[in-house]
Amino acid sequence: MTEKPYAIQIDDLTVAYDYKPVLWDIDLKVPEGVLMAIVGPNGAGKSTLIKSILGIIKPIAGSVTIFGKPYKKQVDKVAYVPQKGSVDWDFPTTALDVVMMGTYGSLGWIKRPGQKEKKASLEALEKVGMLEFKNRQISQLSGGQQQRIFLARALVQNASIYLMDEPFQGVDATTEKAIINILKELRKAGKTLIVVHHDLQTVPEYFNWVTFLNVKGIASGPVRDIFNDDNLTKTYGINYKVAVNK
Amino acid sequence: MSLSDYFNLLVSDYTLRTITLGTAVLGAVCGMLGSFAVLRKQSLLGDAISHAALPGIALAFIITGVKDPNLLLIGALVSGLIGTFWIKGIVKRTRLKNDTALGLILSLFFGFGMLLLTFIQKMPNANQAGLDKYLFGQAATLVESDVWVMALVTGLSLLVLLLFWKELKLLLFDPDYTKTLGFNTRFLDILITIFIVLAIVLGLQTVGVVLMSAMLLAPAAAARQWTNNLSTMIIIASIFGAFSGVFGTAISASQDNLSTGPVIVLVAATFVLFSFIFSPGRGILFRQIRFHRNRKELNLKKTLTFMYRIVKDHDNISHPHAIRILNNFHGFTRKTLEQLEKQQLIRVEGNEWAMTEKGFEEAARMYHQIGNNHD
Repeated sequence: MTEKPYAIQIDDLTVAYDYKPVLWDIDLKVPEGVLMAIVGPNGAGKSTLIKSILGIIKPIAGSVTIFGKPYKKQVDKVAYVPQKGSVDWDFPTTALDVVMMGTYGSLGWIKRPGQKEKKASLEALEKVGMLEFKNRQISQLSGGQQQRIFLARALVQNASIYLMDEPFQGVDATTEKAIINILKELRKAGKTLIVVHHDLQTVPEYFNWVTFLNVKGIASGPVRDIFNDDNLTKTYGINYKVAVNK
Repeated sequence: MSLSDYFNLLVSDYTLRTITLGTAVLGAVCGMLGSFAVLRKQSLLGDAISHAALPGIALAFIITGVKDPNLLLIGALVSGLIGTFWIKGIVKRTRLKNDTALGLILSLFFGFGMLLLTFIQKMPNANQAGLDKYLFGQAATLVESDVWVMALVTGLSLLVLLLFWKELKLLLFDPDYTKTLGFNTRFLDILITIFIVLAIVLGLQTVGVVLMSAMLLAPAAAARQWTNNLSTMIIIASIFGAFSGVFGTAISASQDNLSTGPVIVLVAATFVLFSFIFSPGRGILFRQIRFHRNRKELNLKKTLTFMYRIVKDHDNISHPHAIRILNNFHGFTRKTLEQLEKQQLIRVEGNEWAMTEKGFEEAARMYHQIGNNHD
C-alpha cells in the first residue's frame, strides 16, 4: 500500500548559525490541506524553520521533503511570503511589478513575462484589494498594503503550499481580516498553508493546525487537540493559563 | 585654451577625440553597473575593489618587467577579483559585517600595493617611473585600443543586462525570494560582480584607484532621484556617467594642468548635488516647497471651517462678523484672510468679514468631510 506523502516532511533537522543551535533535531509532518500556525517565543527559530524548508538556509543535518521529494524538484509547488521588513521598499518599482515577480519562477530563465502573466498578476492584485494601487511606487504604500502586495505575489505563483513569515505583523485589523479570509479560501481550495504567527489569542479562530516550536519541536497537530495550557507552558516557559482562557 | 577652442580641437584632434570617447564610454558603463551596486547597498564594494587592484598592477610590473597597460590591467583584474571574493568569503564565514570586511580588504590590499610601489621605485630599472599614475589616473594615456576594450565590455554588460534583466531585477529587490523560485542566485551574483570589477579595472587608467568608486556611485545616486523605474534609472545613470566623462575631459583639456580623473569625478558629484536639490519627486527643494504649500493650505482650510461653525447657525450666511472673534483661533493671520478673500470665499469690509455663497459651500463640504473622519 502506498501512503499519500505529507505536504512537508522534516526529519532530524538541525540548524546553527554559530555554535548555538537555532533548530535542534526537528521532526515535523504537515499533512496536505491544513492551515497551520507556527508559534513560539522570539528566537525560537520560526523564521529559520521556514527558510530551511525553502532551502534559503542550509541545515547542518536532516532532510526536508515536499510531497516526498526535495525542494529543488518542487519549486513550482511552493510559494513564499517573506517578512515585510526583509526588503527595501524604496526600490524603484511599482506594485504590479512586484506581483509580476511571482510569475518569474514558472517562466524560468531569460523568458520575459507577457500578457498572460500580467493578467494573472492583476487578478491577484484584485483578490487582495489592491488593484487601484497597481501603478503606485511601492515606497508610497502603507505597511498593510505592502503586506498585501507580498501576498498577491505569492498568490500569482499558484502553488500548492504557502509559507508565510509573519504576514500579520504591523497590519491593521481590516488588513488582518482580509488576509485571513484569503488564507481560509486557499485552504478550502485544498492548499496547504504554514504561517509564522505571534498572536496566541487568534490561533483557535484562524487556524486548524498548530506547531509549537522553541528550538526543539514541542508539539504539532490539530488545534483542538493540542492547543492547550500544557503545550503553551512548555513552549513559552511561563504559565499561560491566564492569557489564553481570558 | 577656451572651451570653444576645445570643441574645435575635438573635431580635428585625434588624441583628444579618443580620450573624450574613452571617458564617455567609461562613464556610461560605470553608471549602468553602478546602479546595481547602489541598489544592492554595495556602494562601498567598488571602493574596495579599486583599491584591491593596486597590488595587482604592481605585481604584474614586477613579474613581467614591462609597463604594458593591458598587462597591468590584467594584474589589476586578478587582484581586484581576489579582493572581492575575499570580502564575500569573510562576510559568509566569519561574524564580521560587510562594512568591516570591506574596510579590512581595502586597506590591506592598498597598503600592500603602496609597499610594492615604493619597492619598485628602488629597483635598478629605468622603466619604473609612472606606475603611480594609477593612483589618480591619467586620461591622456588612453589610446584607441583602450576605447575598443571599453566599448566591448560595455556591449557585453548591456547584453547580459538585457538577457538576465528579469532575474537581476528580482535579485536586486529580494534575493531570498529569488532563490525560492529556483534561480541560481550565486551565478547571478558572480555574473554582476565580475562585470562591476571589469568596469572598475577599465577605469583605473583614467580615473585611478582612489577616485574610481565615485564614478560607479555618483551617476547612479543622481539618477535614482529622477525616476521610480529601474530601467529608466539605469539609462539616466549611463547618460549622467557619459556626460561626466565628456564634460570632465573638456574642462581639464581647456585648463592647463588640471588632471582629468578628479575633474570627471567633480562633474559627476555636481550631477549628484543638482539632483539632490532640484529633482521634482525626491529633491530637497521641491519637498520643502510642497511642505510649505500644504501647511498654508491646511491653515486656510482650518480657518474656513472655523468660520463655518460661526456662520452655520445664522439664517443669513453672508451676515458680517467681527474679525476680532477669529483672534482666539490658532492658525489665523491677516494673510489667511487676504488669501481667502482672493479666492472669493469671504468678503472683508473694515473690521468685519462675511462668507460668500461659494465659501459657504466649500466650508460645508470640508466641515462634513472632517466630521465624518472623526466618527
